[in-house]
Amino acid sequence: MSTTGTPTTGSTPPDFTIDPGSMRHLAQAQVNVELDTGDMILNLGPQHPATHGTLRLVVRLDGERVISADPIIGYMHRGYEKITEFRTYPQVTTLINRIDWLSSFANEVPFVSAAEKLMDIEAPPRAQYIRTVLTELSRIATFLLFLGEMGLQVGALTPAFYGFRDREHILNLIESATGGRFHPNFNRIGGLKDDLPWGWLAEARSAMQVVFDACDTFENLVLGNEIFAARCKGIGIIPAKLGVAYGVSGSNLRASGVDWDLRRDGDPYLVYPELDFKVWTHPDGDSFSRYFVRLQETRESARMVLQCLDAIPAGPVMTKVPLIIKVPEGEVWVENENPLGQMGYYVVSKGGTGPFRVKIRSASFSNISILPWLLQGVYVPDVVTILAGLYFILGDIDR
Amino acid sequence: MSWPNAGGGRRSPLPDETTTPTETPGVEEVAAVPVSANAQEILNLINSELGAGVIEALPLFSDVVVRVRPEAWRQAAEVARDKLACDYITFVSGIDWMPAPKEEGAEADGDTSTPAQPTEMTPGAAGAAGRFQVFAHVQSTTRHWGITFKADLDENDPHIESWVSVYPGADWHERECAEMFGFKFDGHPNLRLLYLPAAFEGHPLRKDFPLLARVVKPWPGIVNVEGMPESDSPEPDSPAAATTENPGA
Repeated sequence: MSTTGTPTTGSTPPDFTIDPGSMRHLAQAQVNVELDTGDMILNLGPQHPATHGTLRLVVRLDGERVISADPIIGYMHRGYEKITEFRTYPQVTTLINRIDWLSSFANEVPFVSAAEKLMDIEAPPRAQYIRTVLTELSRIATFLLFLGEMGLQVGALTPAFYGFRDREHILNLIESATGGRFHPNFNRIGGLKDDLPWGWLAEARSAMQVVFDACDTFENLVLGNEIFAARCKGIGIIPAKLGVAYGVSGSNLRASGVDWDLRRDGDPYLVYPELDFKVWTHPDGDSFSRYFVRLQETRESARMVLQCLDAIPAGPVMTKVPLIIKVPEGEVWVENENPLGQMGYYVVSKGGTGPFRVKIRSASFSNISILPWLLQGVYVPDVVTILAGLYFILGDIDR
Repeated sequence: MSWPNAGGGRRSPLPDETTTPTETPGVEEVAAVPVSANAQEILNLINSELGAGVIEALPLFSDVVVRVRPEAWRQAAEVARDKLACDYITFVSGIDWMPAPKEEGAEADGDTSTPAQPTEMTPGAAGAAGRFQVFAHVQSTTRHWGITFKADLDENDPHIESWVSVYPGADWHERECAEMFGFKFDGHPNLRLLYLPAAFEGHPLRKDFPLLARVVKPWPGIVNVEGMPESDSPEPDSPAAATTENPGA
């Protein structure tokens, strides 16, 4: 049973039952209001470590309880939607690498496939497999960092080191295949820049064993920890219907019990239709279930990588494309399941060498737009766990 | 085991015409593709529920694009949510269909970095009546389909009803769209700036708003033009030709 409060003062009544423990705390908060303690404005950020970058939260407090929270973003707005109109299609992949910098490779895929759809070409099967492997490796790298860092936010330092240590194996794999640890810029319209190096497949197989071991470690060390459960269970509950209406996506939504994964349910892309994987959900919708879902998805991704490594066909990695890429007139919406949630591009082409308009739909932007609702009525220490549990990247919010 | 790498260093220069896919615009091409069962169901429901509010509706790849009258904008959201099971809001944004004005002067001539932009205004899928359009995408987490809605806005006073009361997630998207395009969303509870600082003037994503970085500092590519070893020598009036001795030549 939860020992701390649940957010119950939101404008829309959430559809879950309140346990008696939190009612007791609500009653205590009521006492404070009657004594007329003044509100306090607390500025979290823009440099606060719990915000992973330059997110500023203006929080109005009544004692330890948050009355209202107002996220202020834009400290890192780089205007990518404008810049894309001044770049050619191959140049744009360099930009969109920097949107969600923890899983850069996964950002490139939907944009490149948007251009490929408009040009009516398709990457060769081997390239599709390598793209899938690298996308899933990005997901593992992103989630391993989360699994460690979430422990850090509730005061446990050890998991963070394990997270960084094990992520290194994945980053080394990405680096040896693409040349870049963080910004691979490996996708080309019509395929990939290069084939995999010698011995990579065997190395990837052994690295997946490291991932499975890491997941077991995190399950014992963090998920099974009593203090962690006390800090995260019942905290930051997103009701499924409200989360969907806010556009929350990815693991955050699946942790609220919505069984929706674009890899399985969306327009078929890459080789996901051929892979056998389970979409994990959790009915609770709190920070704890978000951790649980991401932990299971890390394992699932490692399994998918192993399946791809077994099935990867021989052949070229690049289809024939003209030297100067011109995309025919038209428009297309392409969405992918990125580590942080749904990432999509609405590309409008006028037949030139560069796009006419690109609408970048990034996951974190919508994921944190629910914060003003979610933070109402929680305690200050829980703000940190909720922020960590939602897991956003500032570049993905500000673009 | 090493595979010929068509995209890497050794690309054989092929003439554009032989390899460029069909030159026909994408829109007509898509109309020829048989409509999927999902798309047909959406189109039928949209036409029966919105009626005269729909100007044009057509399938676009795996999606459906619906252009509605501005008066029916909010009703379209309600229909999508209640009748089409589209419970998920993907984004709300805008398009400025006006081509960007060409820069003038010698610098603009040598600026090879700016890709060729159109010179006249042409509408996209489902058409457009004027310069500004608001477009939004909604999806269904149960039926797994998506719809793009579009609506034309008045050029001098672009405003439209807000979707916040239908989809709370439209809040931030509309705030972003409002500051980037200068659109007004009637009924939005809090249409403040989202990204831009308070003193910022103008609407950056409008096509007549220049890319400020280029205004402050010209694109450096213009002074670094240098002939490739196997190609002809650079133009004689280029500054690079006068100063750079190519060691590989």
